[in-house]
Amino acid sequence: MAQASRTGIIVKRALQALPVLAGIVVVTFLLTRALPGDPAAYFAGPSADARSIAEIRKSLGLDRSLPEQLLIYVGQLARGDLGQSISTGQPVMDELIRRLPASLELTLAALALSIGIAIPLGILAATHPDSWIDHLCRMLTTAGVSLPTFFTGLALVYVFYYLLGVAPAPMGRLDIAVLSPPHITGFYTIDALLAGDPATARAAIAQLALPAITLALFTLAPIARMTRGAMLQVLSSEFVRTARAAGLSGRTVLFTYAFRNALLPVITTLGMVFSFALGANVLVEKVFAWPGIGSYAIEALVVSDYAAVQGFVLAMAILFVLLNLVIDIAYTLIDPRVGKDA
Amino acid sequence: MLARNEKATASPTTSTAARKNETLRHVRHVIVSNPATLLAFSLLVVILLAAILGPALVPYDPLETNPSRPLQSPSWSHWFGTDQLGRDVFSRVIAAARLDLAISVAAVAISFVLGSMLGSLAGYFGGWVDTVVGRLCDTIMAFPLFVLAMGIVAALGNTIENIVYATAIINLPFYARMACAEVSVRRDAGFVQAARLTGNTDWRILAMHIFPNALPPMMVQVSLNLGWAILNAAGLSFIGLGVRPPTPEWGIMVAEGANYIISGEWWLALFPGLALMIAVFTFNLLGDGLRDIVDPQRRT
Repeated sequence: MAQASRTGIIVKRALQALPVLAGIVVVTFLLTRALPGDPAAYFAGPSADARSIAEIRKSLGLDRSLPEQLLIYVGQLARGDLGQSISTGQPVMDELIRRLPASLELTLAALALSIGIAIPLGILAATHPDSWIDHLCRMLTTAGVSLPTFFTGLALVYVFYYLLGVAPAPMGRLDIAVLSPPHITGFYTIDALLAGDPATARAAIAQLALPAITLALFTLAPIARMTRGAMLQVLSSEFVRTARAAGLSGRTVLFTYAFRNALLPVITTLGMVFSFALGANVLVEKVFAWPGIGSYAIEALVVSDYAAVQGFVLAMAILFVLLNLVIDIAYTLIDPRVGKDA
Repeated sequence: MLARNEKATASPTTSTAARKNETLRHVRHVIVSNPATLLAFSLLVVILLAAILGPALVPYDPLETNPSRPLQSPSWSHWFGTDQLGRDVFSRVIAAARLDLAISVAAVAISFVLGSMLGSLAGYFGGWVDTVVGRLCDTIMAFPLFVLAMGIVAALGNTIENIVYATAIINLPFYARMACAEVSVRRDAGFVQAARLTGNTDWRILAMHIFPNALPPMMVQVSLNLGWAILNAAGLSFIGLGVRPPTPEWGIMVAEGANYIISGEWWLALFPGLALMIAVFTFNLLGDGLRDIVDPQRRT
C-alpha cells in the first residue's frame, strides 16, 4: 500500500517535469529568433546574395508564422537535430554528446566531494555549537558564497601547480603524453579502471582533482549552511527530546531521528545548488581548459556560433530538469511521512 | 515581525518623530553591537568612494600602456604591479569599481522594480495574474541561471547593456516571488480592509498601504542580490561577454591575468579577484546586517 502510493507520487513528479520542459523549449526557441539582424542572412554567410538568402529563409522556415516555426523547431528537436555549428561544420548534437561526459564527470565528482564534506561538517557544527568546528563551518559558509569560482580555480592552480608543483598543468582531462582510455562510459577515471589501467586512472584523477575541488568549494557553502541550520532546528524539536527521554542512544537519536528529518530541507536546497554548480561549471571549464560542453559554448560565443550556444543552453536546462527530478524522487524516498499515512 | 511592523504603522499614538528616533536608535544599536555589520558599512563606504572618486584619485591612467615596464611585480611605485602592457594594476582595479558597481546596481534596480510590480499584482489580485507570473518565474528558474544569462547575451548581442538585461532577467523571479508572498499575506489584513472601506481604490491600497510594508524584507534581498549580481556580471565578462578589453573591469582583468598564472605572475589576477571578493563579501554581510535591523527575530 505504502509502496504503491510512493510510486504514484514519483510518476506524478515525473509528469510535472513535462510543462517545465515545454517552457524551456519555448524560451530557447525565442532566444534563437531574437538574434540581432536577420538570421537567414547570418546563416547564409557574408558573401550571400539576395536570392540565396531568400532560399535559406525558406529552408529554415523563417518565412512562416512564429507558431509554425515553433512547430518546425520542436520537430527538429524530436529528431535530435540542433542545427550545424558554423565554426566547425559539425552537427551541434554530436559535439554536445561527445563532450557531455567530461562535464558530467567534473560536476558529479565536485558534487559528491562537496556533499561528502558539507553534510558531516554541518552535523558536527550543529551538535557542537560554538566549538571550533562550528566557527570553521560558519567561516566557510560566509567566505564560500563570496568566492568567484574562476578566482578560486586560479588560486589553486598557482599554489598547487606553480608553487608546489604537485598538480599537473591545468590543460584538459589528460596529459598529452597519456593515451585516453577506451570509450565505455566516457568518464576517463572509470573507463581507465574498467580497462585495468591504474596509471591512466591516476593521471585522470590528478587532472580532475583541482577543477573538482574548485567547484566543490563553491557548492560546499550553501549545503553546509543548510545542514547546520536544519540539524539545529531538528535537534531542538520535541520528537528528539521525546526520543532522548525514552532512553534511546545518542547515535540512534542523531541518525535515525534527527538526520533523516534534517535531510529534507537540505535536499530541497540542492536544486538551487545544482543551478549554481552548472553555471559555475562553465567558468571552471574555462580556467582548466576542460573539454566539456561549457568550454564548447564559450568557444562558440566568441565566434557568435548561435546554433551551438542555443544547443548548449537547451542541453544544460534539460540536465537541470533531470537533476531536479532526481532530487524530488530522493525527497519522496527519504521523507518518512510520504506513503505512511492516508 | 509582521505584527511589529504593522502595529507601528497603524498605531496613532506614537508620533512620527518619536518612531523615527526609535528606528535610528535600533539601527545604531545593531551596527555597534555587531562588528560584522560595522565592517560591512565601512567597506561599503570605501567601495562607493572608489566608484565615485576612484578614477580621479588613482596614480596612473588605467588605460595608459608603458612598454618599458611590463609585468613588474608589486613595488612602491606600482602597489599591485603592472600588467603585460605596463599598465598599473592598482589604478585599473580602483577604476573598475565604477563599472562593476554600475552594472550590478542597474541590473538589480531593473529586476527589483519589474519583479516587485509583477509580484505585487500577482499577490494582490491572485487568479490568472498569479498563474501567469508564477509560470514566468518557474520557466526562468527552470534554467541554470548563469547558463540562461549566457544564452540571453548571445541572443541579444554581446554588449554591456545586454549583460545588465540578462542579469536583471535571471534575478527577476526572486523579487517577484518575494513581493507576491509579502503582498498576499497582507491582502486581507485589518488595515487593508479599513483602507478599502474608506473608499480607496485597489491600486491605491496596493501602492500606498501594502507595498510599503513589504519593502523591508525586499531591501535585504536587494543587498544580498547585489553581491550575486556582481559575481554574475564578472563571470560573464570572464568568459568574454560584455565588457571588452582594454576597459578596466574585474572579471576581464582576472581573465587576462589567468594566462600569466602558470608562469608565476600572480598579481595580475590576484588583485582584481580580491577586489571582486571584497565587494561581494561586503554586500553579503550588509544583507545579513540589514536583516537584523529589519527582522530582529531572525538573527543568527
